[in-house]
Amino acid sequence: MANSSETIQAILLTLELASLTTLLLLILATPLAWWLAHTASRWRAPISAIVALPLVLPPTVLGFYLLIALGPNGPLGQLTQAMGIGVLSFTFAGLLIGSVIYSLPFAVQPLQHAFENVGTRPMEVAATLRARPLDAFLTVALPMARPGFISAGILTFAHTIGEFGVVLMIGGNIPGKTRVISTEIYGHVEAMEYTQAHWLAGGMLLFSFLVLIGMSLLNRRNSRILL
Amino acid sequence: MLSKLLLTACCFSCLTQAAEVNVAVAANFSGPMQKIAAAFAEDTGHLALLSFGATGNFYSQIRNGAPFEMLLAADETTPARLEREGLGLRGTRFTYAIGKLALWSKDPALVDSGGEILSTGNFDRLALANPKLAPYGAAAVETLAQLGLLERLQPKFVQGENIAQAYQFIATGNASLGFVSLSQIFVDGRVAEGSAWIVPANLHAPIQQDAVILTNGANNAAAAALATYLRGEKAHSIICSYGYDC
Repeated sequence: MANSSETIQAILLTLELASLTTLLLLILATPLAWWLAHTASRWRAPISAIVALPLVLPPTVLGFYLLIALGPNGPLGQLTQAMGIGVLSFTFAGLLIGSVIYSLPFAVQPLQHAFENVGTRPMEVAATLRARPLDAFLTVALPMARPGFISAGILTFAHTIGEFGVVLMIGGNIPGKTRVISTEIYGHVEAMEYTQAHWLAGGMLLFSFLVLIGMSLLNRRNSRILL
Repeated sequence: MLSKLLLTACCFSCLTQAAEVNVAVAANFSGPMQKIAAAFAEDTGHLALLSFGATGNFYSQIRNGAPFEMLLAADETTPARLEREGLGLRGTRFTYAIGKLALWSKDPALVDSGGEILSTGNFDRLALANPKLAPYGAAAVETLAQLGLLERLQPKFVQGENIAQAYQFIATGNASLGFVSLSQIFVDGRVAEGSAWIVPANLHAPIQQDAVILTNGANNAAAAALATYLRGEKAHSIICSYGYDC
């Protein structure tokens, strides 16, 4: 089939996007989730709401605002141009930014719950044993919150694989750069190529099902700490 | 006043037996179709309920039982295919508009009237509709091939899912120029904003947009009336004012 190499390219690109998004989000979400789990600040409620926004907003809203923000006249576009990177819409880096925002709650919320479940007590105990805060965080809190990291990682990865609206709005359907599985399926359906659409769509269905089964098995094993 | 209105409305429906018709309309025709539907309601009392979208999507939806009674496609192949598959009524197909392709930029100085900008290549991204899905996208690719520029410009392509998205990429400045349908940028007989080159018709196959009445609309008087109305004088002048070929 002429376009099977394009399909493989789309699959690989999707996996790359999801992996990088997951890695970036686990790094960015950890301090944010820690702060949300422990702060008494009056900013907690609004920040929490902002983190949860992508859960509620239609991806087209995110995509539309991103298109404007990343564009040459948008604030992010002005910034990236000033930095000499150019405009990021229709690039892989642009998709990565979109995915990080789109999947933010899927990383932050499980981590926050995990940190809340760990509580302050283990950190206090570590402090009495003269562990410095960062040390205590790395050697006590992080290992105890491990199930939270696993579930944040899986959810972020799976959610990014399924991303569609944002990619459609800021991607531009460029093979090898911004054409991912979900937009490829959409293209096949619109082009009336139902056989190819079925293969990819069926694959996505199976993948999502396995991820959710995996999650629920993990959940049972760690039912005390997880979401 | 109100009773007078009601009386008129009632008389209208008594006389003409007003009916409703669900119409799926190609995205590039949304502007003229809204005006035509308003005139149609005024003149016949029938109500056309419009849904706008991509032709390929409509095809999938119609095949899977969508309640549309008429399709105004962006191409000629989809209505023909529906008719062949028994979903379109035999003998109801007709061309309602012939589209014009335009190379457009929001920058008033970028696109010259001869389209020379394409061969200079002095731009970052060239937006177009996905040629696999959208007739205007296919016409754009055909034009570039005719000009011998396809291979050189392909790396600059950013593709919208349909012509509306290609327009959006240019309108937001994310692409400095691109191919759109003239109907999207044409207001009151001229290009309303930026700069444009109207692509000569000999550079690509005609973008013939066909309509067909679907089997759902077989017994709907409003569907037949709309098909007639679309070919009438009033509809024709509306369609012309949006920059379709006349």
